[in-house]
Amino acid sequence: MEAQALQQLYYQMLRIRMVEEKIAELYPGQEIRCPVHLSTGEEAVAVGVCAGLSSEDYVLSNHRSHAHYLAKGGNLRAMFAELYGKVTGCSMGKGGSMHLVDLSAGFLGAVPVVANTIPLAVGAAFTSKQKNQERTIVVFLGEGATEEGAFHESMNFAALHSLPVIFVCENNLYSVYSPLNVRQSKARDNCVIARGYGMESFRDNGNNILAVLELAERAIQKARNGEGPTFVEFSTYRWREHCGPNYDNNLGYRAEHEFLEWKQRCPVISFEQRLRRDGLLSDAEICQIKERIGTEIEDAVAFAKSSPWPDENLLLAHIYAERRIDGVAT
Amino acid sequence: MTRQLKYVEAIREAINLCMEVDPNVYVIGEGVPDPKGIFGTTTGLQQKYGAERVLDMPLSEDGMTGMAIGSALTGLRPILTHQRVDFALLSMNQIVNNAAKWHYMFGGQTCVPLVIRMAIGMGWGQGAQHSQSLQAWFAHVPGLKVVMPVTPYDAKGLLISSIEDDNPVIFLEHRWLHNTFGDVPEGIYRVPLGQGRIARRGKDITIAATSYMVLESLRAAETLSEVGIEADVVDIRTLKPFDSAMIAESVQRTGRLLAVDADWKTGSFAGEIITSMVEMVWGSFKCPPRRITLPDSPTPTSAALSRYYYPRAVHIVSAVCEMMQIPKERVSLPHETFGIPLDVPDSSFTGPF
Ligand SMILES: Cc1ncc(C[n+]2csc(CCOP(=O)(O)OP(=O)(O)O)c2C)c(N)n1
Ligand SMILES: [Mg+2]
Repeated sequence: MEAQALQQLYYQMLRIRMVEEKIAELYPGQEIRCPVHLSTGEEAVAVGVCAGLSSEDYVLSNHRSHAHYLAKGGNLRAMFAELYGKVTGCSMGKGGSMHLVDLSAGFLGAVPVVANTIPLAVGAAFTSKQKNQERTIVVFLGEGATEEGAFHESMNFAALHSLPVIFVCENNLYSVYSPLNVRQSKARDNCVIARGYGMESFRDNGNNILAVLELAERAIQKARNGEGPTFVEFSTYRWREHCGPNYDNNLGYRAEHEFLEWKQRCPVISFEQRLRRDGLLSDAEICQIKERIGTEIEDAVAFAKSSPWPDENLLLAHIYAERRIDGVAT
Repeated sequence: MTRQLKYVEAIREAINLCMEVDPNVYVIGEGVPDPKGIFGTTTGLQQKYGAERVLDMPLSEDGMTGMAIGSALTGLRPILTHQRVDFALLSMNQIVNNAAKWHYMFGGQTCVPLVIRMAIGMGWGQGAQHSQSLQAWFAHVPGLKVVMPVTPYDAKGLLISSIEDDNPVIFLEHRWLHNTFGDVPEGIYRVPLGQGRIARRGKDITIAATSYMVLESLRAAETLSEVGIEADVVDIRTLKPFDSAMIAESVQRTGRLLAVDADWKTGSFAGEIITSMVEMVWGSFKCPPRRITLPDSPTPTSAALSRYYYPRAVHIVSAVCEMMQIPKERVSLPHETFGIPLDVPDSSFTGPF
């Protein structure tokens, strides 16, 4: 891979990290008045998967969607404005953190009811196939979402019709405060389940950006070649609390040493070290990148803060679509 | 001296007492044994009763509801919990097609003693998929009982009645009530399903409200009292069975009816209240009845829009003034005067959930 492409991966991950650290810093100010689910520690999955996609390809996501949105090219200003409930937000202030969208970037939408977007991704893939759009669809889901019936029904249909969809499971071991062992049998293996439905499946370290990239590219290539759906599972770890800006190891639902071990395997730092070691990134360049991202974030936050609120009349707007073209309301 | 408990403690005590006396009662739900224990309503129960009677569950609301129904048919008494009613929507088929109808469909041979607790959210940008109420949906379905307790006393007494009931009971807890305090006696006592409660006595207007809106109605009633309007505030308590007689008696005294229900207007339970009263005591009305509901729109997240979305005491005062033909200038409107944002219950709430 070219140095520039590698630097770009680093830049994307660092940008997501810094954006979310900013959200965590701003949240106690109570101007961001919506639940936020931060992906801190999980950036490599989003970036590695989206790196192989074009803006024509669609991504759908769940409650923890900031990283997916940004990695897919979602507009940062519009995201901050949405968190601040402003009319300039990506959903005009009607959605908040849990309902991000950027159609121009191919981010079709994210909603917080677990597993809700999995069948939607299959539907988008159905369109792609029917209309020969050669569009690949990716849906990000937590390992918790694989417990929902919709996940299984979706995989079955996707395999049945050989649809160009990739199910990307971020296995961070927890659903809120519930560890895997109270939710799934030890013997269970999602990759085996996916194969049982008739699709290929792979698993790798989700904190290693290059490993993610490699698997994702393979799945994307398959989708583009009309070879059907793929299930990929990446192990990773959420650093902060399930919902909100804080750390919550004090609650006791997970061991401090487990957290520290995962923190050691930080996807951003470990990749930074690697690039440094290989002479692909200097301290001066890192400083520059951080400065550039910092400036961009300051601009986006200032934009959000200074943007106007939605008007009262927006409350009753958009309940019904007036006119539809290709399923996208105008 | 009477004992004060938080709403969540009252719920926990009800579950605890029922589990103590009946080994068939068990609790299941996402996060039930976790450190936060469903907003504090289930903390400590697993330690006391073990992991077989107090358990977490996979994110499989649909299947797990069917599982709970099956266990109820065969002798257990499950309490299934959801942290939001919105998540229970995945299980509507099981609730409506199986739980509600099983007793009827098979000529009364078996029954489904199941309690489904669901929290209702509101405010703090919870948005379209985390703040629905939907009590009207559940009340619409024959075979379901629907309970919405307001006070800690009722939360405990109604939950005990619900657990002891041989039918599926939908038990809706408003998040903004969870941290309220009230008198709660020790030990087992029951508040019967199917009885409303007069929360405040007054002669001028009947305000019939559900769930958290009872508190907003009481707040409004205080303000109205300052200008000499005395509201009779009826806490519906159980939507099904519905105590229409209590409201009818009140309307016969006051001649005016305002129904307050934080659910969408079209097809709302507020509409059901008014229709019933029109049928029962039409001759008593001194002015047309009115309702205060959510507008027919999904919940927006922006705090700016929630001002126009959630009905609060200020809206109730305003509607009563119009009905009684009192100039609004004479009344100091709650909230507006204190400048509390309308997307939180009070200034202590700082998000995120
Ligand atoms: C159907 C449904 N059930 C429960 C919830 C509450 N909830 C929100 S996120 C979440 C955890 C999901 O875990 P996972 O899919 O592993 O994603 P993670 O949060 O770990 O990224 C839960 C239970 C929900 N939003 N929707
Ligand atoms: Mg998870």
